[in-house]
Amino acid sequence: MKLTEISGNINEWFSGEGPLSDVVISSRVRLARNLAGHRFLAACPATEKAEILRKLKDVLMALDLGDEVFYIGVDKVPALEKRFLVERHLISQNHAFGKGPRGAVIARREFFTAMINEEDHLRLQVLKAGCQLSACIEQINRIDDLIEQKVEYAFSPKYGYLTACPTNLGTGIRVSVMLHLPALKMTGQIEKFLNAAKALGLAVRGLFGEGTEAAGDFYQLSNQITLGVRENDIVNQFEKTIIPEIVEYEHAARSQLLSHDASLLDDKISRALALLKNANLISSQEALFLLSHIRLGLNMRKHQGASTPAIDRLCSLGADVGDAGNAGTTDKISIVTVNRLFLLTLPAHLQLNYGKELDSTHRDALRAQIIRSALNG
Amino acid sequence: MQCEVCQSKEATIHLTEIADGVRTEMHLCEQCAQEQGVGTKSYIPLNELLSNLLSAGPKGEEPAEPAESEPVCPNCGYTLDKFRDKAVLGCPNDYEVFEKQLLPLIKKAHDGATCHCGKVPAKIPTDSKKQLEIAQLRQQLDEAVRKEDYELAAKLRDKLAEFK
Repeated sequence: MKLTEISGNINEWFSGEGPLSDVVISSRVRLARNLAGHRFLAACPATEKAEILRKLKDVLMALDLGDEVFYIGVDKVPALEKRFLVERHLISQNHAFGKGPRGAVIARREFFTAMINEEDHLRLQVLKAGCQLSACIEQINRIDDLIEQKVEYAFSPKYGYLTACPTNLGTGIRVSVMLHLPALKMTGQIEKFLNAAKALGLAVRGLFGEGTEAAGDFYQLSNQITLGVRENDIVNQFEKTIIPEIVEYEHAARSQLLSHDASLLDDKISRALALLKNANLISSQEALFLLSHIRLGLNMRKHQGASTPAIDRLCSLGADVGDAGNAGTTDKISIVTVNRLFLLTLPAHLQLNYGKELDSTHRDALRAQIIRSALNG
Repeated sequence: MQCEVCQSKEATIHLTEIADGVRTEMHLCEQCAQEQGVGTKSYIPLNELLSNLLSAGPKGEEPAEPAESEPVCPNCGYTLDKFRDKAVLGCPNDYEVFEKQLLPLIKKAHDGATCHCGKVPAKIPTDSKKQLEIAQLRQQLDEAVRKEDYELAAKLRDKLAEFK
């Protein structure tokens, strides 16, 4: 399959739907697994890596996932395609730019990826829109069980699933949620969230996972402890305690903005709109930052019925709906419009859809043009 | 608001200091705040954790042993030095070969836990399943003793005795 078949559209997990979706963009569960009888990758010569890749690829491509699956030879595709896969959260940065034979098996609807030969032999992930961790764990467990019928995992009765790095030992699970917390940021309370997460032993990362900074008020929150805790207990802690509390704080901050700082909120939304509708050059960082404020305004109308001069103006704005089949159709601006712009204006998306690599000035011009035409639709 | 130090990134840490009745404010980005010793890291980078733990040795756990020949994994040829260097292990067998040295790191990374609980592969041999249950009971027993829940501890001890 060609990546350009998916690169023009948003994916399911970024649809803006699902429970608590005004704050929780997406939920992800990842499992780390290794094959018994093989060394971990750092000690594997290329021949052994190739053997592991072949074995796992065969098993994964034969799985019945209820969706078409395709395989990407990550070590063989051009750098631009690698960056595209990272932007779409289908593979990690480490996988994209690692060494040796490696690949990814991806479900066409993008809810599932298996990275083969990342840090561990196998990293499975299930991604869903909104707060849906229970559904993620259920699905990934089913897939894991199917794989386990065909291969033998490295497992110790004492330490559980054995992983290349002891920090993933035990369940090998990483539960994470992508959060959009613009109001906590605007009201100067984001540090409280960061400290609370740290106190709970959770990691906070940026939009693209490990080693990336938070951009556009998006934060990825994940567990770090994988040994001595049951998978479902981690998921329950996230779903029943951690997420509802964060959502409540973000909602309180949004209400506070409306009741006490409406002019600040309006200023941010108006500025974002003015820049996005008029700028000739926009960097991806700036686009994320500005679109974040637009997303906040739209969600405050949709979920809290907020009405301020800037939010009213924003919600009456026509926008190019931009479905692949209905290009040029205009309708009122929606979360889907904004999410599409978030994704399609990321550097690799931009270039892949344009058909060739561009320098940063050309990218910034193209990005600004796509946004302008979508918002003036 | 821009960071006062680097003048480029967004300031996310706002520090108000009142000394001798004089109020001063500082607005810093996370990176500059960390450099100045203000603010907190949201997580400890893995490499830092590894090198701190392994270079420090089993402090407070048990007295350092006289230098003996460094263990080498017969399966992958890894030594602890190599693990320190790569930050990942060479093969599943390393967990046995370097168990003593890895244990403080495992405990630190997993909030004191030393034993798996959770999903178990369906294909695991019955013997191993039994071992797993024993290991989990031991962990629960340690926890009960730590919490001074002696009633629970006694029950767990009896269960363990049944297994043996």
